[in-house]
Amino acid sequence: MSFRATFATALRVLKQLRRDPRTIALLLLVPVVLIVLLDQLFHDRRQVFQQIGGPLLGMFPLIAMFLVTSITMLRERVSGTLERLMALPLAKLDVLAGYAIAFAIVAAVQATLVSIVAFGFLGLHTQGPSWAVVLLAISNAVLGMSLGLFVSAFARTEFQAIQFMPAFIFPQILLCGLFTPRAQMAGWLRGVSDALPFTYAYDALHRATALGTFDGRFTLDLTVTVGVTVLALALGASTLRRRTG
Amino acid sequence: MGKGVRTLRNRACIHWTSLRAVEPPEMIDYRPMSAAASIVVESLRIRRGGVVVLDDLALSVASGKVTGLLGPSGSGKTTLMRAIVGVQIVESGTITVLGEPAGTPSLRWKVGYMTQNPAVYGDLTVRENLRYFGHILDAPPTNVEEVLETVDMTSFGDRVVNRLSGGQRARVSLATALIGSPELLVLDEPTVGLDPVLRRDLWKAFNELAAQGKTLLVSSHVMDEADHCDDLLLLRDGKLVTTGTPAEVRAQSGKQDLDEAFLVLINEEVE
Ligand SMILES: Nc1ncnc2c1ncn2[C@@H]1O[C@H](COP(=O)(O)OP(=O)(O)O)[C@@H](O)[C@H]1O
Ligand SMILES: [Mg+2]
Repeated sequence: MSFRATFATALRVLKQLRRDPRTIALLLLVPVVLIVLLDQLFHDRRQVFQQIGGPLLGMFPLIAMFLVTSITMLRERVSGTLERLMALPLAKLDVLAGYAIAFAIVAAVQATLVSIVAFGFLGLHTQGPSWAVVLLAISNAVLGMSLGLFVSAFARTEFQAIQFMPAFIFPQILLCGLFTPRAQMAGWLRGVSDALPFTYAYDALHRATALGTFDGRFTLDLTVTVGVTVLALALGASTLRRRTG
Repeated sequence: MGKGVRTLRNRACIHWTSLRAVEPPEMIDYRPMSAAASIVVESLRIRRGGVVVLDDLALSVASGKVTGLLGPSGSGKTTLMRAIVGVQIVESGTITVLGEPAGTPSLRWKVGYMTQNPAVYGDLTVRENLRYFGHILDAPPTNVEEVLETVDMTSFGDRVVNRLSGGQRARVSLATALIGSPELLVLDEPTVGLDPVLRRDLWKAFNELAAQGKTLLVSSHVMDEADHCDDLLLLRDGKLVTTGTPAEVRAQSGKQDLDEAFLVLINEEVE
């Protein structure tokens, strides 16, 4: 692993993104539009907005980075540039870390922008500090990135990669506790929910925004989120093969 | 004559034995070596999609020369090159590149590889692509302009690759193989789809690189490119049909035209 190659890769990914202003606009504006929509939707029921606004804000980057990474990585595999990179003095970890750094930066901008709008203009209130929400959003973005990287190995086309979103992401959003508190779920659903990484990402956000309790359970949430990120990165690395058939 | 040949033979032997001290001496003789070899392939067998694509292949590529890897489409040129740069799964056999087994990490600094399909980032400019590959190889930044010049793309340096023609894109891909000033260049059909003037210029550039002491293995399915090479390897259906200099190939086949010479040699094999 070399700092130079990692940094060069991060820079290259950011430059590629810069060439695509429409994607940048979508990445930065869609969360803002959605949070404004949410604000309007719950105009008369502020406690609902307060309850789901914070967690949602921290989940946007997860979903966005999952999609962006799985497509970018798939392109890298299909276009032959990955094969080319594997013939260069570049560790697999350089590629992965380069991607992680680039998308963490994008996620930081994304989360900061939507936080400014939500906390500054829409009156969203959290028990914990608002920077904690931004930090959690960034860590969630890296989780989304590592999951996207991993699933990109199982897609042959961009069409398939996009379908991983409803297959992989939607069930987790439904079961993470955002729509129905986990305590009210049927036993087996709760069991499934326990096994999904989003559950912990959401719970950490819920604690930081609604409860303001940074207790043992919060630590567990963070540990699981980081653990799954590392695991997905390791699995992702194993799908980057130097030699192919 | 005898003296010169012996010296070269000796060099080859020393080189070879230094690689594999345990190899019995009689193993050396059959190898078609004219000088120290940068690439030595032995009993190479590769299977792709369940089918044996290269079978019991043995060849060597001389240092400091341009060796042409010729053969019809599907004959296994790309597969062999992938194996040499260490990105192809090999079933059995050995490939020694610059004295080390193919795929050794340190070789990634010394071997430049141009893939058959341009492997460059379409959403970056030509210079951005070259800077990225240059960064990875820790090449001096001045190399970017140098290789742009070599492939005659200086005036397109700031153009996004997606807005280039196929031939221009191929030249960017070639430039990424050159940027680290590698000792050995493995170029997969670098001149396909280019106009005659450009092709002539590139072959001139390849010969100049060889004159500087670099080794080049250049594939082509267009036989009339063979005359630009110092040595030739003719591949058919994953087997080596013939080797030698263009003059030797002409003599073997009794044909002056290399295109015809290859047809004769390929058909001989079939019979
Ligand atoms: N990815 C692959 N999977 C399975 N078979 C392949 C693959 N790529 C090439 N082949 C087969 O291997 C043989 C040699 O191909 P290749 O090395 O690309 O030849 P050339 O470069 O000389 O045109 C061909 O029969 C081809 O069909
Ligand atoms: Mg080929």
